[in-house]
Parts: sequence; structure tokens; C-alpha cells
Amino acid sequence: MHRPDMSVAVAGIKMRNPVMTASGTFGYGAEFADYLDLESIGAMISKGLSLKPKAGNPTPRIVETPGGMLNAIGLQNVGIDAFIEHKLPYLKNVNTPVIVNLYGNTLEEYGEVAARLDGLSGVAGIEVNISCPNVKQGGIVFGTDPGAAQEVVRLVKKNTSKPMIVKLSPNVTDVVLMAKACADAGADALSLINTLTGMAIDLERRRPVLANVTGGLSGPAIKPVALRMVWQVAKAVKLPLIGIGGIMNGRDALEFMLAGATAVQVGTASFLDPSAAQRIAREMEQYLVDHKIGSVSSLIGALEL
Amino acid sequence: MQFKSMVVSNVELSPNYFRMRMTAPQELLASAPGQFLMLKVTDAIDPLLRRPFGLFDVGTFTAEYAGCGTQAYCEILYKVVGKGTKLLCALHHGDVVDLLAPLGRGFDLGPAGEEKVLVGGGVGLAPLYYLAKALVARGEKVRLFAGGRNRDDILCITEFERLGVETYVATDDGTLGESGFVTQVLERHLNEGMRIFACGPTPMLGAVAKMAASHEVPCQVSMEAYMACGVGACLGCVMKGANHTEATPDYRCVCKDGPVFDSFELQWS
Repeated sequence: MHRPDMSVAVAGIKMRNPVMTASGTFGYGAEFADYLDLESIGAMISKGLSLKPKAGNPTPRIVETPGGMLNAIGLQNVGIDAFIEHKLPYLKNVNTPVIVNLYGNTLEEYGEVAARLDGLSGVAGIEVNISCPNVKQGGIVFGTDPGAAQEVVRLVKKNTSKPMIVKLSPNVTDVVLMAKACADAGADALSLINTLTGMAIDLERRRPVLANVTGGLSGPAIKPVALRMVWQVAKAVKLPLIGIGGIMNGRDALEFMLAGATAVQVGTASFLDPSAAQRIAREMEQYLVDHKIGSVSSLIGALEL
Repeated sequence: MQFKSMVVSNVELSPNYFRMRMTAPQELLASAPGQFLMLKVTDAIDPLLRRPFGLFDVGTFTAEYAGCGTQAYCEILYKVVGKGTKLLCALHHGDVVDLLAPLGRGFDLGPAGEEKVLVGGGVGLAPLYYLAKALVARGEKVRLFAGGRNRDDILCITEFERLGVETYVATDDGTLGESGFVTQVLERHLNEGMRIFACGPTPMLGAVAKMAASHEVPCQVSMEAYMACGVGACLGCVMKGANHTEATPDYRCVCKDGPVFDSFELQWS
């Protein structure tokens, strides 16, 4: 039998397989080069970048919870200019699409960061973070109000000719409402979900474990919530979706595709297995071989009710 | 490197303290004292994350099963403190774990001829044994100052002595060695021309760093922190650099910039 066709395309970004690495879990790519073949994955998404470098939150920043972890890193990053100067040249030599995740403290900053990336070779697309739960102005304001989200999306769209993915927060009453708002404002694709706001308490010290008090929950614990949200949005919005949330293996990834995702992002799994993204792509392919399925794209939205 | 490793032995040294030997690829022999490994104790999702452990020892042994000569190994020294280490201490010869190693920046052994002073608290002794072996192999004079709450916290002293290391012990309750903090014992022996290597609880390291600064003795500390990845991606394990302020933040990654730092690189509160 021929090898199955694993390729997919999201908003014009062609990928050899549907596995992308989620922002904030894969550094700037180079950190993982010793553990996997960067040219075996579908796409890489950078750490969330802002106009100015950002130091992030005080520690403790992470804590393990059952089947998951909470993080409140606070969007620590080198800033867009340092990224372009020091990180991008390395990534340009890797034959895998690079998508830059960006956020702003203000509406204007979103536009400014997008503008600096526009026209840069080596950047296949941008992912707009309107959903970080851990910094006051890290996007969550924009990610929970449909009107504010539309303003961001419109402004970024005006400042870029690159494919634009908008990353949605699950910390909303109605994720479909947010998805529709972003679609109407000009998003080319949606990725979901970002982390769920959570909390851990140290009983003995009677204090929150995280210095930030609350953090974003990720890992296998959130997969059912993420699947449900992808499925709901897929029914309501025509845009390509990227499923994120607790994907640990090829089967998890394929479940997201059945729910309606065109591609997936692997996040927390890369922390415990730095070769996770490559392994998951391989496991997906093996599933297709075992089930005599010719192309992975035939599974997109193929859930039977 | 990421590799599967077989547990060779997993021995309780004193209540809740274990020493575990695991097989390793030959390449691990090129690791440096002070580097660490990340261990995934179970394939299940709880506990989800790997656990970091300093390399206690690295070497080769003749494996009884292999019939193929020598086999490289690595060892860790750990205390059972939570979910991960509880599972770990139940592992037996033949069990398999997944390791990332060697990780991080190890100790700078410094020029020959200086007196080398190791300061360890509790499981903080772990990276110091590998270091002591390397120093002794270079023909250096090595002294160890080991501290703990009580005698059960003082581990592997005989192993250090067997290397020819002169040892000094202090416990909070006086059940072994002097009564009091190990830093008090250290202070009496500090003088110029020494180089300090310390690992243990952060307050102890802070005290050692301060002492080293006031005596103008070079000092390296090996830090411990919660971390998710061990490769510099999660940014969960950062510490404040010496010049960190709210306005000009300076965070260092324990996993990538450390775990060993020159004591003046960090901020001690």
C-alpha cells in the first residue's frame, strides 16, 4: 500500500502533516532540535511575542495537577525585534513553516507587531493571541469580548498580508460567539483552545501555589473540553480550525480532526516528551495505514452522529 | 539525549532516601558533574511531568546479564517527597524508565591547586559526589561539609570518605556530627585559595553565597526548581538574576542557564 497522504493546508499554509507545535511549549524551535527532526512536523509556532521584551511573572510559575499542569509564565519573551534578529535566521534554515504567535498590551501594539512581521521571509503566517489568561493585558480582555476581539482582528488584518490565525480562549460563556466574531472580522483560521483558567492551593501554607494566584490549565485533563469546543465551532464557522488541548498521541490528534479540525497543536506533551510532535505525526500515519485510509484530510469533520 | 533506561538497583539508604542506579548509553560518560536528568517514572498521565534529578554518579559496571563487557550507568539520590518519588521508590531491577540526560550547565572545576570545598544539605549531596570523583581523579584536595536536620539526612558519607575526601558533618539536632548549621562549621574553615561548590536548600545556599562573598572565595551553587521540560522551553524554572528589579527584570532558567550558577549571578533575598 502507498503511504497515506498526510498533508493538509491551513489558510494557504501547506504542511507535510497536521501536527504543529503550540506556542509557549516549543521555545523558539532550536531548543528541541536535539530531540526530534524539525523537518518531520507540520509547522512550528513561536513563543508569544510582543513589541517589547517581557520578563514574565514571579515564581512559582508552574505546578503539576492531576493529568495536567497550571502555568502562569506571564508571556516572557525576547520581543519581536530580537526574535527577528536572533531566532528567525535559525528557523529560516529549517524546511518547516514557521508561524509567529503575537500579542499586544494595547490594541495598537497588536497592529505594530503584525506590521513588523509583514513581508518578512521565513514567516509563513501569524497566530494572534487574544487569550492568554495570565497577564492583565495579555489579550484576555480582547479574548472574552466579541467587540474587542473584532477590533484586534481587523487591525491586525490591516497590517499584514500573511495568513492570520486567531487563538481563542475557552474562558468564555460562548466560544461560538467569539469564533463567529473573529471570522466576521477577517480571521483566516482559528486555533482553539488556549488554557483554562485554574488554581492550586497549598493547604499547609494556606496560600496559592502560583505566585500569580491563578494559572492556565493544560494537558490531558482539558482534552474533553477542547474537543467539545472544536466540535461546536466547526458546526458554526466555515474557517479552518486548529485543535489544541491535551493531545498526547496520534489518536488524540485524530479525534480533534474528526471533530472538525484541519490541523492540531501539540503543547504540554512536548514538555514531558520533547519528541512528542514527531511521534504523534508518526502515530497518526500508522493509524491511517492500519485502517487503510488514503489521506488524513478525509477525516476532517468526519464525525458520525 | 532521550533514552530508555533499565533500573539496575534502587536501594533505601535511610528512611525515605533512595539511591537508584540505571543503565545509560556510553555517551553519558561525557557528562559533567552538576548536570542533571529528567525522569519519566510512568507512561500514565498522572503524574504527568518528568522529575529532575542531579547526577549522583556516572560510570561503568560489568553487567551480569549482558555478557558483553561493561555497561554505562547513571545514579540518582532522591528523597520521597510526593507522588512522583513515591512511584519511583517502588521500582525494581529490570523496570524501565525514560530519561533525558545530560541536561543543563555543570560545575566549572576551576584551576588545579586550589582547595575544593563541597557543601551539601540533604539530597543536595547528590551532584557533589559525582563532582568529588572528578576532582579526586584530578588529584585535588577535597573537603566536604554535609548538613541536615538529623542523622538520617546525612547520606553516603562513607562513599565520599572512600574517595579520600575529608568530611565534616553538622545536624540541627546533633544526632550526627556537630550540632547546628553546616554553614557555621564551614565558616570556621573558610580561607583564601578555596573554591566552594554548594547544593542544598535555598536558604543554605544563600548563607553560603553570602559567606563566600564576604571571604572573597569563588562559589558555585546548584539550584533546584519546579520545571516542566528541562530544555529551556517552558520558562517555569526561572530565578532572579543578581541585578533583577521590577523595572529591569532579569530571570535565569535553572534548567538551561543552570542548574549550576556562580553565586554572584543570582539574587539572594
